[in-house]
Parts: sequence; structure tokens; C-alpha cells
Amino acid sequence: MPRLKSVEELESFRTGLRATRDPKRPCLTVCAGSGCTAAGAHDVLAGLRKTLAKHGLQDAIGVKSTGCHGFCERGPLMIVWPEGTFYNQVTANDAAAIVASVSNGHVPVEKLLYRDPVSGKRVIREEEVPFYARQQRVLFGNNGRIDPKDIEDYLHVGGYGALARVLSTMSPEQIVDAVTRSGLRGRGGAGFPTGLKWKLCRENPAPRYLICNGDEGDPGAFMDRSLLEGNPHSVVEGMIIGAFALGAQEAYVYVRAEYPLACEHLRAAIDQAEEYGLLGDDILGTGMKLRIHVVKGAGAFVCGEETALIASLEGRVGEPHPRPPYPAQKGLWGRPTVINNVKTWASVPVIINWGPEWYAGIGTEKSKGTMVFSLVGKINNTGLVEVPMGITLREMIYDIGGGIPGGKALKAIQIGGPSGGCIPADLIDLPIDYERLTEAGSMMGSGGMVVVDETTCMVDIARYFMEFLEDESCGQCFPCRKGTQRMRQILTRICAGNGVEEDIPLLEDLGWLMKQASLCALGQTAANPVLTTLRYFRDEYLAHIRERRCPAKVCRELIFYEIEPTLCDGCHACVRVCAGDAILGAKEEVHTIDRARCTRCGACLEVCQPKAVQVGTGELVCRN
Amino acid sequence: MPKLTINGIEVLVEKGVTVLEAARFLGIPIPTLCHDDGLAPASACRLCVVEARRGPEAKSKLLAACSLPAEEGLVVHTNSARVQRARQLLIELYVATCPSSKRIQDLASAHGVHQCRYEAEHEDCIQCGLCVRMCEQQMMAGAIGFAGRGADRHVSRPFDMTSERCRQCGACLYICPVCELRCAGPAADTTLCNGCLNFSPVCFQSYDDAMCFLDPCHACELAGPLRPDVKIKSRAHATVLSGEKQ
Repeated sequence: MPRLKSVEELESFRTGLRATRDPKRPCLTVCAGSGCTAAGAHDVLAGLRKTLAKHGLQDAIGVKSTGCHGFCERGPLMIVWPEGTFYNQVTANDAAAIVASVSNGHVPVEKLLYRDPVSGKRVIREEEVPFYARQQRVLFGNNGRIDPKDIEDYLHVGGYGALARVLSTMSPEQIVDAVTRSGLRGRGGAGFPTGLKWKLCRENPAPRYLICNGDEGDPGAFMDRSLLEGNPHSVVEGMIIGAFALGAQEAYVYVRAEYPLACEHLRAAIDQAEEYGLLGDDILGTGMKLRIHVVKGAGAFVCGEETALIASLEGRVGEPHPRPPYPAQKGLWGRPTVINNVKTWASVPVIINWGPEWYAGIGTEKSKGTMVFSLVGKINNTGLVEVPMGITLREMIYDIGGGIPGGKALKAIQIGGPSGGCIPADLIDLPIDYERLTEAGSMMGSGGMVVVDETTCMVDIARYFMEFLEDESCGQCFPCRKGTQRMRQILTRICAGNGVEEDIPLLEDLGWLMKQASLCALGQTAANPVLTTLRYFRDEYLAHIRERRCPAKVCRELIFYEIEPTLCDGCHACVRVCAGDAILGAKEEVHTIDRARCTRCGACLEVCQPKAVQVGTGELVCRN
Repeated sequence: MPKLTINGIEVLVEKGVTVLEAARFLGIPIPTLCHDDGLAPASACRLCVVEARRGPEAKSKLLAACSLPAEEGLVVHTNSARVQRARQLLIELYVATCPSSKRIQDLASAHGVHQCRYEAEHEDCIQCGLCVRMCEQQMMAGAIGFAGRGADRHVSRPFDMTSERCRQCGACLYICPVCELRCAGPAADTTLCNGCLNFSPVCFQSYDDAMCFLDPCHACELAGPLRPDVKIKSRAHATVLSGEKQ
């Protein structure tokens, strides 16, 4: 492939590409994102290829592995193009049926179509699935269409068109102005206006640097990963446009080391873009230079904080430093640096292509555009969702998420990663935007959304997040290091039934201190899980302290197991699994649990068929 | 020269100075545990936080004065209720971490911290980083540094062996705000006992001839004359207790 030497060459190459590709040629795209791969997507791919080869159809019907489609719960997913027939939970055994249906005039394979759980009807296209119907997939839309390792796929769907437009018709100032007018705010969590950040950086003298923050470390979050794995060129294109606007010649992508596939796809994308003359020296014949380097993170959550990330990039210990000076003034190697999240960079080509006014038309007054959430926890439709800002939590959980499994009640939604807050079920009509979430005591964060049902103890979940943060605090500043340690100690004490009422004001004081006096955003937000659960679920804390009762029956020290004599059939199953020999009673007789010996491991609960083993709390618990 | 307001006083300062330097120049005290004039600021102890905002409309924030550049139009309050509350809560946390430290006991007395709601930990190090910076920036040795992260973070030597670069100059001991023997007062673990004069610094056990640079205890000064049963263990303290200047 020759280097493209001008914008015109790019466009004529694209036209040629579209002409050579038959739009009617069937293509089977299988999602090879992390979730579907775990569910066996590669077996499906191999099965499809084998079946096609068997029938000599490998040239007539294409097979492609694509990035994450988002609906991980129902994986492996696949789409048959050009019809757009959407199949879910595909296995390698279905390959023959799929190939047969495609070669016999595209009659959809009934059993692989998604069944709407409410109406019970099968739906054919992806857009008709309720999970997708409420989404607006601006960033992730192409994930299901393109092969992330093939730049021609990206060019085919209009990729690098925004770059061409920028290089041929716009000045750097116009780009900054367009990004400002679009109302785009940093998607990493803090929500700083991107246009303003770029403008501030441009006020400082060159050389300037660009950084893409792909150090996504929130438990349960995989938005950046899926974008880097599924559509790396969109991030690269955004960065090239950013580099043009900021006059930068060097850019870095800091990717979490635990994402090898993201690194691989990104490196492939960069190599291909250089090969096609879209990156490197003399980009599209304009004389613009840009090199993008991929750097693997060193495995610290705190390196997602921009100043710590810069320190880590420079080869120093990944610890944040105080701002000012901001990275836009003094960042990497002491030079002005713009650092944006993966999704922010990927939003830039969208804004250029569709226009800032269009982008600003999505969302609420102060939060524009779309936001990507990873919807996980106690929810029917686990997956990645991209929604316009301002959508309510109710729509997220019931329309897109399909509600809570097992008919359980929603208790809370933890938004914004470990240092976000728990929003109670009462606030389910809260619209999701930066301001409203902050008012509710939580934060947008990078888009983790963990749904919690009634079987979860809120004190225990606060303790869990505090353990994570205690481990991930860099330890440099005192309130964060000691605050997280002390909070974890106090919460552990409360969960063990040893809390006192004075612990509650102490937690509040400590939370206030951490919020006010910590050095970086990690410390300033670390108390959020505790402060929000104290605000919305104070009763649960008081039940633990005053009554030594865990209302959700989770905290081991506060619960006991007992066998309901009327239900027990004496099957002895529980006796066999009990490691502590705490279950008494001969076979065929009613069993009883010796509370003094019971370690409350829950093994008997799981094996008991007649559901005779029950969990209680609130009575005096015998301790061993 | 940038003009800023500190506690309602408009001041002109040299370009490049920090708010801490400007305030100290004006005679406004700001407590610190990790700051030294000869070392780069670390913003680690957070005791020097001040309430600052840029311009009258902006929202105020608590920022560490030691690393906050004194910029044009900055409005700073060094002793607002918010600052006082943050300092008191911080000192309480410091007392719990290192109850034996005289510097910390002094701070507690000076800032009216009368209770400690946490269990005492006796960590003997508050990780202010003064020794690390002293060794690196003034002694040009770099023989010690921080290792580990979060709760595991600690001052250490390369590979936990005595570094060839260490000249045993004792600068790290000199600058350490907490390297003292545990308070042996009547109820050391639970209260601020004012008994912190009754110790001999731990470093004396290994460095017989090291100088002790401790000042008389703030709390004990407030408490009046020393009890007769207090044993004087070190030469340095003999000087302090007999009222002579070092």
C-alpha cells in the first residue's frame, strides 16, 4: 500500500475501497471482546471458518472478529451483514445452521435470535433489542462492524475523514473552538471542559505533548479497554486531530499493563496509520509530524491520576504532585501537556464529523454528548452501554439493564468506581450528569456502574471499597494514607459487631478531612463510599452498632445459621459439607446447627435442597 | 510582583515564592511537619493547608501552602474555621499514629487538640519525607528513599542494606520530627499526658555522641515546673531542663 500523500489521495483511496467491496457480500462479524472471548467467541469463529471451508464458501461469505458490542451478558454475539441479523449466545455447533441460513437466502436462525423477556418475541436486528434501543452508540457504534486490526475497515466506515477535513479546511484555533462549542468534558471522571484545557495548553510555549490516559483501574470497568481493543483507530484519529490543534509532535498512550490485547491492537493501529501516511512525518502531505508511543502502565490505580501518570511516564514513582502547576502549564518533562481519557480522544473525530452543534444537542445543559458506562453487578443485562447524558437511572437499570435478577429489590447503585458513591434506590429518577451525581454525593468517574440488590450489606460494601483504596493509595500524603487505613479499621470493627456509636461521627470527621485536605483526587474522593452510605443507609450502620444485626445478613460475625425443623428431610447433605462438624443429627433425622462450632461459611445453605438452612441475624450470636 | 491577600492583608511578594514563605515573612504562623526551608516542598503532611481562592467569585479550596505559588489575585485565609478544623482533625490522626513524638504532642497542645479518638499505633514514622529529601538534596547522598505503596510505604535503603553512599552524617536524625522514644508518661496510650519530657531519644542508643536538637516541650511549658520524679536521661535534656540555652 503506497503512502497517502494528500487529503485528496485519502478520499480517492476510500472511494476505491468502497467500490471494490461488494456491499451485498454477506459477512459474519463475531464479537471477540473480553466477555464474548470468555464465553467462547474464538471457538465460534473457528467453527464458522471450518464450515465455510467445507462448503467452499470462504470467498463468498466473509468472517470477521470485531471489538466488544457491549451486550456481554448474552455473548458470544454475532451479526450477519448486510442484513444486520443479530444472534446471541452462539456456540461453535451453530456454525452449520448459520452458514446454511446465509447461503439459503438469509432466513434467520430462530433459536439464536434474542428473545425479548417481556413480550417473549424474537427480534431480528440489534436496534430492536431493548438493551440497545435506548442507547446512542456514538463511540461504540462501529465496534460491531470493523476488524480492529484492519485500517481499511476503519477507512471504509469513514475513518480518518475528520482528520482529512481538519487538515484541509480548519485552523488549530477553529478546532479548539469547535471542541469548546461541543461542550465536551473530560470523560475520565472529573469532567473538566476539554476545549478549555486545550486552550490553556495552547497559551504555553511549544514543545507541547499529548497523553491518552488508558490506565483504567476501577473494579468492574472496561469501557476504555473495549474501545482500545475494538476501535483503536478512533482514538488515534482523535489524538492526531488534537496534536494538530495543539501543535504537538509527540504523543503517548498510557495503557494499563493488564490489557495486552488493547496494547497489541493499538500498536497495530499506529503502525498501520504510519504505513498509510496518516501518522509519522509529513501526515497526508501537510508537513505535520506526530509520533504516538504506547507505554504500558506499572500496575497502580493511582497512575490514572494525571500528575501521577506523568511521573510514571517519566520513569519516576507514580505519585501525584500538587497542582498548580497544572499539566497544561507544566506536564510531561516540564512542558505543557494535554492529558485526556481514551473516550475523550475518541469523541473528537465524532465532533468534527457531525459538528459541535449536533454534539451539543445531545445531553443536558451542562453535560453534553454521550457517556459510556459498564453496567455490572446484580443486573440482568450486564455489559457496556453508551447513553446520552441526562438519562435517568431508572431507564439505565430497567429499560437497558432489564432489571434485577431473581425478582430481588434494587437497593443502591454505586457509580464512579471505588471512590464514587452509592446512590439509593429512592433516587432512581436522578438524571445522570456531572452536576447531579456530585450533588447526590457520588461522581461520574470514568463510568463504572455497579448495581446492588437487597442481599448486599452497605457497611460491608463500604468496607470492601475502603480496602481497595487503602491498598491503592500511594501513601504520600498523610490524610489519604492514614484516613483510608483508619476508615477500613473502623468499618471492619462495625462489620464485626464491635462498633460504637461514636464511630459514626468519627467516620464523618475523617471523611470530611480526607475530602478537604488530601493532595489528589484519589484521596479527596476516597471517603465517598463511606460518606454516601452513611448519608443514605445510616440505619444499617446503626443496626450493626446498636443491635449487632446485619439487615442484609452478610456480615459473618453478626449472622447465624439455623435449620428449620419442619423443612429438614434429614438428607445429611449439609453434614457432609460442613467443615467444622457443626451440624448434628443422624441421617433421616432433623438436623440442628451447633452455633458455637459454626463458622458461618454458608456451605450448608448452598447444598440444602429443601431450603431448610436459614440465615438469621440480630440474636445473640455464639462465638467460638 | 504579584499582589495577593493573606488574612485580609494585601501584600506584594517576589515572583516565585510560595504562600507559606509569604505568610511567614508577614509573621503569620502556619504549622508544618514536612517542610524545611532548605528542601523542596513535599505537600505530604498537609498541616500547612490554607483556604485559598483565585478571585472573589471562585470557590475556595484547602491547598497546601508549602507548594502553593503566591499568585496575583489569590485570596488566602490561614486560620479560618475550615482550616482550623482540618488541622485539628489531622493532628488527632498524627497523635494516634505517633503518640510519642514531642513535636506532635506540642502541635496538639498548641492547636487545642484534647482528645484522640483512635487507637494509638506507635508507628514511629509519619513519612514526612524530610530525611529522604535531606539526604538527597542537602547531603547529596540519596542513600535512603521510599519503598512500597500505601500502607506498606516506608523509608528504606536500597535492597535493605546499608548504602555505600551513606556517610553516617546523621542529617536524617537531625531533621526527623518524630524520632524519639515513646512517651513514658502516666497514660501514654490514651491521653495527651504532658509527660513527654521523660524520655531519651531512641537515636542515643546507637549514636552516643549525636547532638539532640529538641526544644522544650510546649505542653510541659504550659504545665509549669517539672515533676521531681522525672528522671533526666540525656545530656541534651539536662541542658533543656536546667533552663540553659543550647
